Amino acid sequence: MARREQAYDDIPGTFVFDAERAREGYPINTFCMSLMKDENRKAFKADEAGYIKQFHMTPDQEKAILTRDYNRMLELGANIYFTAKLGATDGHSFQHLAAVMTGNTQQAYADMMLAGGRNVDKNRSTTGMNTPVSLSDDVFAAGAAKPKAKAKPAAKAKVAKAGAAKAKSKTKAKASAKKSSPKSKSSKKRK
Amino acid sequence: MAKIIAGVGSSHVPAIGAAIDNNRTEEPYWKRVFSGFEKSKEWFTKTKPDVAIIVYNDHASAFSTDLIPTFALGAATEFPPADEGWGPRPVPVVQGHPQLASHIAQSVILDEFDLTVCNKMEVDHGMTVPMNLVMGKKNPDEHWPCPVIPLAVNVVMFPPPTGHRCLMLGKAIRRAVESYPEDLRVVIFGTGGLSHQISGPRAGLINSKWDKNFLDNLTKDPVKLSKIPHIDYMREAGAEGIEMVMWLIMRGALGDNVEEVYRFYTVPASNTAVGHIIMETRDKPKPSARKSSARKKPAASKRAVVAKSKAKAKPRRAAAAAKKVDRVRS
Repeated sequence: MARREQAYDDIPGTFVFDAERAREGYPINTFCMSLMKDENRKAFKADEAGYIKQFHMTPDQEKAILTRDYNRMLELGANIYFTAKLGATDGHSFQHLAAVMTGNTQQAYADMMLAGGRNVDKNRSTTGMNTPVSLSDDVFAAGAAKPKAKAKPAAKAKVAKAGAAKAKSKTKAKASAKKSSPKSKSSKKRK
Repeated sequence: MAKIIAGVGSSHVPAIGAAIDNNRTEEPYWKRVFSGFEKSKEWFTKTKPDVAIIVYNDHASAFSTDLIPTFALGAATEFPPADEGWGPRPVPVVQGHPQLASHIAQSVILDEFDLTVCNKMEVDHGMTVPMNLVMGKKNPDEHWPCPVIPLAVNVVMFPPPTGHRCLMLGKAIRRAVESYPEDLRVVIFGTGGLSHQISGPRAGLINSKWDKNFLDNLTKDPVKLSKIPHIDYMREAGAEGIEMVMWLIMRGALGDNVEEVYRFYTVPASNTAVGHIIMETRDKPKPSARKSSARKKPAASKRAVVAKSKAKAKPRRAAAAAKKVDRVRS
C-alpha cells in the first residue's frame, strides 16, 4: 500500500519519521542499532551486503544503505539518530552527514550554520504556504503588531492572513494615538 | 513537603558534550556557547537543590524502535551513561532518587498519565549535556551534585505528545512532588531544541525569531505555547525542533507564578540553536500587593492598548484581555 498522504508532506526537504515510516523502516533502524557493538561494526565492514541480509530489508532499503544514500534511507523509514550510527561506523562526524544530505561540502554547511543557519523563509512549504505561522510571526506574539507582515507575492494562499496582520498593526497605531489622549482613560472607566 | 523551586530549559546538543569531553571549551567557537552557562553554574551552586527531574529524550541509545514509550520515568538507583558509538561519555554515573521517582509514577498514573516506569536505563547526551552545562564538568570518579530523576519523552517518532499534554503532565508532576512527605527542594529541567533540523535536505534550519517568541512566552503565556500544533514546530523550527514540547513539561511543573532569572541564546552549536532559560517559582503575591503593583506599572495602560488593538481583529481574545485589564484596575 502506498504511503498515506500527510499534512506535513509539503515541508520541503523533510521526511517526517512518523509511525508509518517507523514501521516500514524497522529493519534499517534495527540494523543501525546493531552497529552500536564493535563486533557488528567489524562484521558489517568485512561484508556489507552479506551482513545486512539478516535484517530482511526491502531491496530499495538495502540499496540505500550500500550506496550510503542518506536521504533515501530517511524516505524509506530510517531515522536520523539511527543512520548517524552508520555514519559513525564510516568514521564520519554528524556534520559531515548533514552536509551530504543537504548536498553541500562540509565546509559550506559549517559556514552556513555559522552565518545563522538555513533561513526558514521560503523553506516552509513546497506548496506556497510560506507565510509564517504562529510563533514565527508577530501575529501570534501578544501585543507585537509591528508592520512586519511583509508582502510575499509567492504566498498567494495566505494573502488574506497577511492583510489581517496589517490591519491589526494599523489598529494598534490608532490605539496608541488614543493612549496619549486623556479621553481613553475615561472611556475605559465608563465601561 | 517537597517543592519545585525552579525550572531550567536547555538545549542538549551532542557536540557540546564532545567539546567538553575533548577539552575544547576554550576554543572561540565553543567559548561563545559555554560562556552563556557560567551564570547558570553559579546559580545552580547557590540554589543547591536536593533533587533534579530532567525531562529529555533518548536518541536511539536506551530505546531502539523495538519499544517507543511516550513518557518513561527512571526509577532506578543509578543510570549509567550510554555508549553512543564513541564509548560512554566520561561523566559520573547518574544517581537516581527511586523513592521520589516511584512516588511520582504512582501519583501521575492515578492522575491519568500512563507512564512507563524504567528500573533499568542508560542515559545519553540528551540528559548529561544539560547536566554538564548547568552543574559543570565532572569526571567519572566525581559525583553529580544531586540525585536525578530522568523523564524520557518520545520526540523521535512522530507524533510526540502534544504541547498541551506536556503542560498538563508538568502540572501533574507538580502535584506529585507536593504530595511527597519529605522536605525536598526540586529543580526540573526541560531539554532539547531550540530550532534545528538535522535530517534531510532541509538540515541546518534555524528560526531565531520563533525561538525568541518561544522563550518570551514560556514565562508569559505557556498556555498559548501549549496550543501550537506539531506541524507548526516542524515547519517553523525544523523537524527536530519539535523537541521543544519537552520544555512545556518543565514549565507546567512550575505553577502560575514564575520569574525569569536568566536567559541565554546563541546560534549555532553544530547544527542547532542553543537556548537556555532559568525560571524560579514565586509564591502567589497577596491580593492587595498584586493590585498596587499592577497600578504602578505603566505596562497596565499598555496592556489596555494592546487589548483595544485586538478588539477588531480578534473579538473574543480581546474581550478576555479587556476583562483582565478591568480586573486589574478595579
